[in-house]
Amino acid sequence: MSQNSLIEMKSPLSGVFYRSPGPEQPPFVEVGNAVKRGQTLCLLETMKVFTRIKSPVDGEVVEILCANEATVEKNQILFHLKR
Amino acid sequence: MAFSKVLVANRGEIAVRIIRSLKECGVRTTAIYSEADKDCLHVRLADEAYPIGPPPALKSYLQAGAIVELAARIQAQAVHPGYGFLAENAQFAALCQEAGLCFIGPTPDNLRLAGDKRRARQVVEEAGVPVIPGSHRPLLSVAEAQEVCRSMSYPLLLKASAGGGGRGMRAVAGPGDLADEFVTAAAEARAVFGDPTLYVEQRINRPKHIEVQILADSQGRVVHLMERNCSVQRRHQKLIEEAPAPGLTQALRESLHRAAVTIAKTVGYHNAGTIEFLVDQEQRFYFMEINARIQVEHPVTEMILGLDLIKAQLAIAEGRELGLRQEEIRARGHAIECRINAEDPALDFLPDPGRVEQYHAPGGFGVRFDTHLYQGYEVPIFYDPMLGKLITWGASRPEALARMQRCLDELVVEPIKTTTPFHLQVIRRPEFIQGDYRLDLAEQLLQEMDSGSLEAMQA
Repeated sequence: MSQNSLIEMKSPLSGVFYRSPGPEQPPFVEVGNAVKRGQTLCLLETMKVFTRIKSPVDGEVVEILCANEATVEKNQILFHLKR
Repeated sequence: MAFSKVLVANRGEIAVRIIRSLKECGVRTTAIYSEADKDCLHVRLADEAYPIGPPPALKSYLQAGAIVELAARIQAQAVHPGYGFLAENAQFAALCQEAGLCFIGPTPDNLRLAGDKRRARQVVEEAGVPVIPGSHRPLLSVAEAQEVCRSMSYPLLLKASAGGGGRGMRAVAGPGDLADEFVTAAAEARAVFGDPTLYVEQRINRPKHIEVQILADSQGRVVHLMERNCSVQRRHQKLIEEAPAPGLTQALRESLHRAAVTIAKTVGYHNAGTIEFLVDQEQRFYFMEINARIQVEHPVTEMILGLDLIKAQLAIAEGRELGLRQEEIRARGHAIECRINAEDPALDFLPDPGRVEQYHAPGGFGVRFDTHLYQGYEVPIFYDPMLGKLITWGASRPEALARMQRCLDELVVEPIKTTTPFHLQVIRRPEFIQGDYRLDLAEQLLQEMDSGSLEAMQA
């Protein structure tokens, strides 16, 4: 896998990063999972509003760069994906 | 008893608002703040301030026990809850009482009744005030819902008994959709409020949201402070409010005022509150709910009456008599409020927190900007997106409107995206200018917007 085939999935806004839809629920995706375009990768909570962050491509999750419930900045890289 | 020290159990705009009035009354003010709010304006303005926990509200501003303990420890005599957070939490109000603190607001019983929408509806109907046609019966199963809805005419609205703010609320177009919508609404009600109980109402076609402000003292004296129109809403969130409400007949206005006073007396209401109604296209009105708190939009009422509602709340809480007689309450001019939120209207109101690099607040005659903003303030990601409330007063409605347009043009909160461009669009709409708009105005406007005006919003 060449470095330039990696897709950097950036956060469209700052907020709190959630890997699963709820506290007791399994994560949306794990490293190595195949994902479809439009599939939810994580949730961001910003000012009491939840935004679903969706995959821009059909591909695979290569790396998850944020811990659950971490605070992320706008444009911070959340995931590495590959086509 | 006159209070010498009051703890303000809130943050941001409303904490600033309350601290200002308390200071003018010679009361020593205490702020609380989360780790994310060390530099928030309410902390700077209060006489003293104490940390209350980590950024998430659940671990700070919603820590009822810790807040009561703090208030007792620093020897405050009273707590003002503002709106949101613990303001309508009966348990918190009761905890305050048990600790010998005055909760500046309604009684725990008032809060329990207002929080149970289904029971409140029943009590109000028994008092002879019209409610939205529907059923008082608590609905816990699809079978019960089908039985009750058989005799009703569609479209219907399923509502959570413990609900509010549009959550756990589902429209049902016809009998075929009832089962599905019931299951969804009950699940949402359980998830959000911890109680799946629903009730059903008929859906009113294109209503106006009209509400009446009331004050009730400990002697049971109740006055109304006239009405507000809050029909500019997006997803059940108010964006623009005004007082008095335009386009109502005098007879209807008086009926609404009377109904609000009747309701307040019937439930033994205490302190400041708001009775919300829907008004349909035939100018019939229906009770919707009791808002047992000081509301976000209270300044429009203050501006037309020349009356400070926080000071009135303080006087009532101290057991002083309401020095207000109904016949002396007269409106002068007109007031409008636009909520300035850190949301981008061009991106479906996506939240936009961050640092305020450039700030200019509008000013001049008849202008009030209730806000916690200042140059260099970092708007945190953890709380409500409301940055402030821009309020303009005018001798007439057209003057208040022209002033609002001027102020919206003047406001600078760079580089944060705010609801300001949306407000500019609304106040230029003919139906808004004519004062004859309904709850669907904002959604209609947003739907109609072509890419051209969206670009204009981004500019």
